[in-house]
Amino acid sequence: MTTAVARRRSASRFSVANAGPFTYALLVVVLVASVFPLYYSFLIASKDNSALGEAVPSLVPGGNLVANLARVFDTVDFWLAMQNSLVVAGTVAISNVVLGTLAGFAFARLRFRGRDSLFLVVVGTAMVPTQLGVVPLYMLMSDLDWYGTLQAVVVPALIGSFSVFWMRQACEESVPYELVEAARVDGCGVLRTFWHVAFPAVRPQAAVMGMFTFMTAWNDFFWPLIVLDPNDSPTVQVALSALASGYYTDYSLMLSGASLAVLPVVAIFVLLARQVVGGIMQGAVKG
Amino acid sequence: MTVAPERARAGRGVDPVPPARRPPWRDRLDRWDTRYTPYLVVAPFFVVFGVFGLYPLLYTAWVSLHDWQLVDGAERFVGLANYAELLSDENFWNALVNTISLFLLSTVPQLLAALGLAALLDRGLRGRSFWRAGVLLPNVISVAAVALVFAQLFGRDFGVVNSLLGLVGIDPVDWRAETWASHLAISSMVVWRWTGYNALIYLAAMQSVPKDTYESAMLDGASRWRVFWSITVPSIRPTILFTVVVSTIGGMQLFVEPQLFDPGGTATGTGGNDRQFQTLVMYLYEKGFRLFDAGYSSAIAWMLFLLVLVVALVNFALTRRIASKG
Repeated sequence: MTTAVARRRSASRFSVANAGPFTYALLVVVLVASVFPLYYSFLIASKDNSALGEAVPSLVPGGNLVANLARVFDTVDFWLAMQNSLVVAGTVAISNVVLGTLAGFAFARLRFRGRDSLFLVVVGTAMVPTQLGVVPLYMLMSDLDWYGTLQAVVVPALIGSFSVFWMRQACEESVPYELVEAARVDGCGVLRTFWHVAFPAVRPQAAVMGMFTFMTAWNDFFWPLIVLDPNDSPTVQVALSALASGYYTDYSLMLSGASLAVLPVVAIFVLLARQVVGGIMQGAVKG
Repeated sequence: MTVAPERARAGRGVDPVPPARRPPWRDRLDRWDTRYTPYLVVAPFFVVFGVFGLYPLLYTAWVSLHDWQLVDGAERFVGLANYAELLSDENFWNALVNTISLFLLSTVPQLLAALGLAALLDRGLRGRSFWRAGVLLPNVISVAAVALVFAQLFGRDFGVVNSLLGLVGIDPVDWRAETWASHLAISSMVVWRWTGYNALIYLAAMQSVPKDTYESAMLDGASRWRVFWSITVPSIRPTILFTVVVSTIGGMQLFVEPQLFDPGGTATGTGGNDRQFQTLVMYLYEKGFRLFDAGYSSAIAWMLFLLVLVVALVNFALTRRIASKG
């Protein structure tokens, strides 16, 4: 979409309901409320615990950031946890992109018996709260001898219904039937058609989805908490809970760790905010 | 992008191989490919879901009928005894009430606020992407990190919230000790994290409402408020239903926020000294993974599953009625 079109469109919207100063003021308030807790955790991370006793805490960062971070690394093996999270989230993201796009392509553009009912099953599974099966899932992992290993976290998340659903939609939008058929007539097999025709067309949507799955996997807490040993080599989120446990609540330690753990995700988000927001808006059920 | 097959081939300047001259094994391979490859590429989803999603969920039902220790395995079949015990278990009812209270306190304000926020974002704004990204930011932060930050903000002695209340002359609140206070604090995390996300979903729906409907209503003299409730909200009804059901399922499974709200309590998972903010999933976790009572824990899981179903259905019916009255 060219900017000229965008501008004209927003101009016509303007005549219906333009935003006045009141709207902007409200939005600023919302924005401050969105950012404040985040800023606050960086703030505490930069101070020592005695500064927390102030009645109204000063909003100026202190000089203890490095010392606090050093304490984080002394308390738990945070580098290892970061590494583990990176491996987990990276693998899950790549696998969801590959498997999700393949399946999405098949559901959107290939003809096979039972296609529609199989797809209904995919959508239906989204309603099944898998969280509730944690007890047998844990037993399954111990039987496989996977307790405490990263594959216990990675393998169940390799492909999810959201990815299949999302990529099917993307293929319907961006991969014309004619192109697929032309490739087939030229003698391309299913996989070559996918790789040379479909995948290039849906790369933008696949990228957005990969990012989502990366963030979700990076942020996951419940299952890693159960299946990983908090004292051995967990993911970042579980390492955070290890920082938080203990008789004495050491806030600057906790929040230094928390700040460190959100850093990669916030960095990704800030770099790609436009795409992420566009992705959420696209994924919505239109009224 | 509509290219007829013939033209596509001509465009590439490659002559198609005449089918008659192809070796027969290639034809067979082609047919095999067309017929079976689709199943091959959708199979991973069904395998992963079957093994790590459906099987554990169904097996939970089986485990719940046993006296079953997490490490030692099944001791004996006890039928519905675990469920019977649940019904007279004070802690279960306590967790149930807490879950519903937290769910209501977080979902209702969150969705209403999201609706309002979406209406703001739906006006002609300068720097649209900036505002949209700003409201979504809380959603990309991990729940674990959010819980730790809010635990500090709601501290009794040095928390920011109490400091601010002190400025207007209100006595400090012990946010962890009191039932209502703790529920308010925990709900605020949920509201903070999800309002922007839901607002963007509403916004997407609002943007597909035809603008001339608004224009004619405004010309007829309807106020902006009136237009919002009589046109905008009814037009995005399916989206509202969707968010209600999704946040119901999420709200019933609240775990991390209350679990980490009491940093010292992470080890026990009881949600405060008197279990004042222990949710059902926390109780499930405590029974299953702290006390290793897998059978009992599985019974809680199934009760929770039923509860999610019932509440989702009730929500569905209610929202439909309310929305269709508008």
